[in-house]
Amino acid sequence: MSGEQKAESRTLLTPFNLIAGIILIAGLIVTVIRFTKGLSSVTNLSDYNPWGIWIGFDLMVGVALAAGGYVTSAAVYLFGMKKFHSAVRPAILTGFLGYFFVVVALNYDLGQPWRLPYPFIVGWGTTSLLFEVGLCVALYLTVLFLEFSPAALEWLGYSKTRKLAGRLTIVLTIFGVVLSTLHQSSLGALFLIAPSKLHPLWYSPYLPVYFFVSSIVAGLSMVILEGTLSHKFFHHSMDKTYLGEHDPLTLGFGRAAALVLAGYFTIKMVGLAAGNHWDLLTTPYGLWYLVEVIGFVLIPCLLYTVGVRDRNLTLIRFTSVLAVAGIILNRLNVSVIAFNWHLPFSERYVPSFQEVVITVFMVTLIILSFRFIVTRMPIFHEHPDYKDSH
Amino acid sequence: MAISRRRFLTWIGAAGAGLSTVNTAQASTLTQFKGHPEGLGVLHDTTRCVGCRKCEEACNTVNDLPKPDRAFQDMSVLENKRRTTTKAFTVVNSYPVGSQDQPVFRKIQCNHCLEPACASACFVRAFKKRADGAVVYDPSVCVGCRYCMVACPFEIPTYEYDNPLTPKVLKCTFCAPRIEKGLLPGCVESCPKEALTFGKRNDLITLARKRIARHPDRYIDHIYGETEMGGTSWLGLAGVAFKDLGMREDLGTTPAPALTSGALSVVPMVVGLWPVFLAGMYGMTVRREKIAAEETRSEIAQAVKETQTLADEKMAKALEKAQAEKRTALEKAEKEKEQALKDAMESFKKENEPGEEE
Ligand code: SF4
Ligand code: SF4
Ligand code: SF4
Repeated sequence: MSGEQKAESRTLLTPFNLIAGIILIAGLIVTVIRFTKGLSSVTNLSDYNPWGIWIGFDLMVGVALAAGGYVTSAAVYLFGMKKFHSAVRPAILTGFLGYFFVVVALNYDLGQPWRLPYPFIVGWGTTSLLFEVGLCVALYLTVLFLEFSPAALEWLGYSKTRKLAGRLTIVLTIFGVVLSTLHQSSLGALFLIAPSKLHPLWYSPYLPVYFFVSSIVAGLSMVILEGTLSHKFFHHSMDKTYLGEHDPLTLGFGRAAALVLAGYFTIKMVGLAAGNHWDLLTTPYGLWYLVEVIGFVLIPCLLYTVGVRDRNLTLIRFTSVLAVAGIILNRLNVSVIAFNWHLPFSERYVPSFQEVVITVFMVTLIILSFRFIVTRMPIFHEHPDYKDSH
Repeated sequence: MAISRRRFLTWIGAAGAGLSTVNTAQASTLTQFKGHPEGLGVLHDTTRCVGCRKCEEACNTVNDLPKPDRAFQDMSVLENKRRTTTKAFTVVNSYPVGSQDQPVFRKIQCNHCLEPACASACFVRAFKKRADGAVVYDPSVCVGCRYCMVACPFEIPTYEYDNPLTPKVLKCTFCAPRIEKGLLPGCVESCPKEALTFGKRNDLITLARKRIARHPDRYIDHIYGETEMGGTSWLGLAGVAFKDLGMREDLGTTPAPALTSGALSVVPMVVGLWPVFLAGMYGMTVRREKIAAEETRSEIAQAVKETQTLADEKMAKALEKAQAEKRTALEKAEKEKEQALKDAMESFKKENEPGEEE
């Protein structure tokens, strides 16, 4: 106990905490300005560019990178990869935190955030894909909360409720996969309504399929990446099971990611051929498209394959960074960079400093909450009383 | 000669009418919404527009909008390309066109689409297409997601980004409150050149066709908005290519809802089929695990049995051996006993025959 306390007081004065503290203060200041002076006081949003990085990054990227939760729980509980069981809790936790802060960030972007429940109360706008996104995200956040609850309940010592929550696992997992399929794909489908604004190399009737398939890549790669990072920083909270399953998990998820990336690259090419926009490939946007599809889809696919074949864990871990960067790039391309490509530069959107502050603020909050939870609740280790209950 | 020529024209007209019926018939077999038959509209004839900005001024007045930064009489604003804003629901831009010495002016405002992208995109149904043609907005439900602005192909809706508490989406209302009272839209009423004509959309299309037919040299043979994005209530005529007036010619004829209906129709499929498939996967996994567990169990049982028999055999052998040993030991002891007796007897016999020895 005293050792733990010492560790805590030691960590309080790290450079990390100092930077985090500065970000928190800056974030709070911008928050106050945003909600007292309006969106125009802190954002570069305009009538031409109604969506900036609070949607393009915080929502689009946030949801994609939080896919680790559904991907891992489906792999373990539905597809029988029980040997990776210890990865479920960290993945569910990051998923839950990811979605939670997506919703928090959304409240910054909405003009009247207190009306967020309106779509489900006053006007069922079922013709809108945003309605579907909203409904599924709301439901999925609940599912993630329930999936995460066993850890919290064990920590709090409510063993009866814990048992009940445990019994729901399979139903929740299936529900989670259905909801994730729907909203991950719908995020891509949001842009189907604007063929005249999104660059033809990114606009495709397959957008929903692209978003769904790439969310699996994002989920798998994020689990590998988070595992690597957590290993570095939370090694002391991990038990033997987790540590023992970590390397096989990296290999297994690396193999899966290689396969899904290969499929993703193929359907990207199918879409390119169907759109018949080969001529655009030599334009600046075309080169940028190639950077994304080759540098951040094809190359990670090959590197994952080589890493798995040679059982080279370092290479797989490195590739997970590349693959995650590719997902970020793709979401930003669709929602910000290749969106409104037809407008002259003076009418294009570039995020303001304050918008970046809020985005960094959200990421910091996720990391801090994650740290708070894993150092207290049974995430990287099993609770001694519930060893065999999953 | 003159007569025959007139007849010739009549025939053409009849042929044209025939063609147009064919078109309608074909169109009606598709489920494309053709707009409410009584729907109203406005035709903007850019060949008549002189860029006086009277419509802008009228719009500002009838909508109680804030005073403009520069007076409506200031024609220098026309030099910049402007768009609709929260302070101006309509703007007139000037476009220099190569072959003509005069620039061409075009008025921009909401086109009141027959199947509006904004209404299809809104997740609280804040936008409605009314039977009279107006696309109206209800600020009391708007959440402020601005997806309508992303969706609108004509880049019309604007947002009150500087309003922290009750920001609204703003755009031309088709002067819906005035139309209801039987008044003309503000802009139409104020136009000194009749560049704007208000009426039933169907009549306006007929009118536009007539103008094109009467002055083929003056007009491009296209009514902008007749088919763009499924058609719009506001229509445009021009003497130069529409794209030279900043109007997109690549929008296609697909109405906005049709662009997303495919993705939406997949939803029930996913909801219906995915759980079945996933539950099936789970069932298979469970079964596989059960079989594996059973196999392990029977293997263990087998192993236990084998060990048991082995142990039993060993035990039996050991027992047998022990018994055999016991037997031989007994036999040996017996033999030794007999031998000892024999020996004793013999020595006794010898002792009793002393004479023989002396
Ligand atoms: S022009 Fe834009 S705002 Fe107007 S009805 Fe059409 S989609 Fe809606
Ligand atoms: S900003 Fe308002 S009107 Fe526009 S889509 Fe969102 S909720 Fe609907
Ligand atoms: S119809 Fe009314 S609101 Fe629309 S541009 Fe004309 S005056 Fe303005």
